[in-house]
Amino acid sequence: MSAAASEITVKSDAVKQMPVEQPHVALRGITCVFHSRGRSLHALGPVDLSLTKGEFFSVVGPSGCGKSTLLDILAGLNPPQTGTAQFEGKPIQGVPDGVGVVFQEDASFPWLNVHDNVAFGLRRAGVDPAEIKRRVDYAIGFMGLKDFAAAYPAQLSGGMRQRVCIARTLVLQPRLIMLDEPFGALDQQTRLIMGDELLRLWRETSATILLITHALDEAAMLSDRVGVMSTRPGTFIDIVETGWDRNRDSRVVSTPHFGDITARLWEKLRVEALKMMSTSETRSS
Amino acid sequence: MRTEAVLRFGIVALLVATVEILCRLHVIPVGVMIAPSQMAVELTKILVSGEFSADIISSIVNVLTSTVLSVTLGFVAGLIIYSAPGLRAALEPLLASYYAVPTFIFYPVFISLFGVGSGAIIAIAVLLAVVSMITATLNGLDRIPRVLRKTGRIYRMSRIKTAVMIELPSAAPSLFTGIKLSVAYSFIGVIASEFILSGSGVGYAIAYAYNNFETPRMYALMLLIILLVTGVNTLLNGVDRRLQSQRRR
Repeated sequence: MSAAASEITVKSDAVKQMPVEQPHVALRGITCVFHSRGRSLHALGPVDLSLTKGEFFSVVGPSGCGKSTLLDILAGLNPPQTGTAQFEGKPIQGVPDGVGVVFQEDASFPWLNVHDNVAFGLRRAGVDPAEIKRRVDYAIGFMGLKDFAAAYPAQLSGGMRQRVCIARTLVLQPRLIMLDEPFGALDQQTRLIMGDELLRLWRETSATILLITHALDEAAMLSDRVGVMSTRPGTFIDIVETGWDRNRDSRVVSTPHFGDITARLWEKLRVEALKMMSTSETRSS
Repeated sequence: MRTEAVLRFGIVALLVATVEILCRLHVIPVGVMIAPSQMAVELTKILVSGEFSADIISSIVNVLTSTVLSVTLGFVAGLIIYSAPGLRAALEPLLASYYAVPTFIFYPVFISLFGVGSGAIIAIAVLLAVVSMITATLNGLDRIPRVLRKTGRIYRMSRIKTAVMIELPSAAPSLFTGIKLSVAYSFIGVIASEFILSGSGVGYAIAYAYNNFETPRMYALMLLIILLVTGVNTLLNGVDRRLQSQRRR
């Protein structure tokens, strides 16, 4: 597969990544603090980030650094304490129209078969039945679930259930797709194959994708850019441009360039992971 | 038919056959028990004559009323307790030890409140059944995965739509277990209360037959109750199996 041989560009200041054109997604000075039983936990920020339309951006970082909190803010599930979050130039207040989210946990509805799971959002939105059938059939076919349309999630493997969730998101034709460690529970081979399917989906839909992941190889293989977050409170300490072309697939993992990107990500992340471990050890002692 | 079902049927058939033989050989005296085949003949006579139709209908209506009331009250109470964690923490030990209290001790209270008849019978049956529905509702709501509620928010669903379209179906297996238990407790509560609190109903008819040494009638009516409960339970188990089979991984 084509892998751009360009050098990895490492920009230490995420704010300087602002594109000239209006960003599809823009975060400015975002912070998030949780309060519980009289205690405050500074979970995130300040974070600045701009995503261009149609970009594939991944976020990696140590556990508990606020990756999922960042996604929740972008999805309108949690408001930030300070800063502004915008999608398509409009402030994010509540879940914006045109946004789809795939979670790490199995979010398929166990009481509905695959077809009805995928059709759920469209039916709720009152879409015409003929249009529902057309879109659902396409999404099910696209995700390779054609022979399982009548099956219930319980009859499917973990990977297939995650594909149902992706199809359920895809069918609504979101312009921004956010995935929170969607392949976390899958084995390595399935993850690579699911990665290919995600890239295919990205190419066909031209949606902007934000992927939260623990897996450096996944981020390196799939993304145009990878943001590395620090330990809590999470901020972007690095943004790595991969330089892959749009037609990439999982075969890039065998190229030297892939090794270079992964090594660069690990170099940054290792320091943060060690910091996080020493913090937890200090707390436990 | 599956092997377990064949085995189950075989065990029941063997027990019935053993009792039949022991009764026919007079090892079990006629005054103590009649043969199961005679029970079936007597039951057929009773059903054909319509002699106890009013009692049977009265008991069934009482069981249905008690089930509907206990399921509704239990579900609503479960929702309220679930939404108030402080109240739940206070009530949970009471709910856990509830079935240690013999509910029937309250029958004088209910007679004072409702008089002798259906009111007191239903009240005792509801008191017996309602907590199983409360516990099942709490269980069901606890088991809804957080990610499903989050999915509802992503679909921009209102709180009520999320409850109806996501939370209720997700909790359905636990809620159905509550319904099954409510039906069972309602049967127990109604039939047992009819022995002491009523001048009608199958429970009363069994007690009447017992007091007047009408052994065949007594056993026929007991067989009727067993068949009714088995039939209802088989039906509910069938629905339960369908619900569970969709979700069994």
